[in-house]
Amino acid sequence: MPVDTLSRVFAALADPTRRDMVARLSTADATVNQLAEPHQMTLQAIYKHLRVLEEAGVVSRATGPQPRPVHFEAGSLDVMDEWIARYRRQAEDRYQRLDRVLAEMETEMETELDAETDGDERA
Amino acid sequence: MTTVEADPAVPIIRITRDFRATPAQLLRAHTDPRLFARWVGPDSLRTRIDHWDARTGGSFRYVSVREGEEFAFRGCFHEIRPDRIVQTFTFEGSPDGVLLETLRFDDLLDGRTRLRTQSLVDSFEARDAWLRSGMDTGLEEGYAKLERMLTDGAV
Repeated sequence: MPVDTLSRVFAALADPTRRDMVARLSTADATVNQLAEPHQMTLQAIYKHLRVLEEAGVVSRATGPQPRPVHFEAGSLDVMDEWIARYRRQAEDRYQRLDRVLAEMETEMETELDAETDGDERA
Repeated sequence: MTTVEADPAVPIIRITRDFRATPAQLLRAHTDPRLFARWVGPDSLRTRIDHWDARTGGSFRYVSVREGEEFAFRGCFHEIRPDRIVQTFTFEGSPDGVLLETLRFDDLLDGRTRLRTQSLVDSFEARDAWLRSGMDTGLEEGYAKLERMLTDGAV
């Protein structure tokens, strides 16, 4: 991803209202009015946020007559993909530790059984 | 190999991974606090179990410690069965957020067991926050990169 695009996506997603709009658009296209609904904001303010998202390539609007629905650009999820990739690496690290614990469990159980037997013998 | 999927339609994270173990062993590694503390990690943190009652209806609390910093997690064991655990999970630093997790242990009948974890959050924002969380390093790297770009005049 080009440097300026990355920084724009970062900046675009740094704002909670814009994150909220993106979250909404990730399920379905919406008109500007629909996007404005849950926010106590003027349409003008919503348009301002939209412009930031549009410039970052996170959303797009078809040309043509109104109302033009806002469309979420899944490709801009490269940032999200990066989160998921890191999350995956973290989970994999955790599960590799679990692999080791599972491998050691059998040995430990044998040792514990031996210890119990020894105890019985002493008793 | 670990796969992670963020569902686009519902705020769910799914993780799948196969283990060379039986379902019973995996269950034990998740319910025996001494075993659990050994792998839950991450490596840079030490895990201290505060409270642990791994029974249906029981609850847990553990603290991850790193150089004086403490991160506490707690939740309820809603249901524990040989093939699954259903539990809630909360980071105490963000007490309003709660994950509903279902862990399934599928016997692959070849000495391996598939662990499928599904975590449901109450909103996409919260889900994405979970994806980012524990990724502090990653985010810091990202912001550091951004800062360098700003300094370099690249932006």
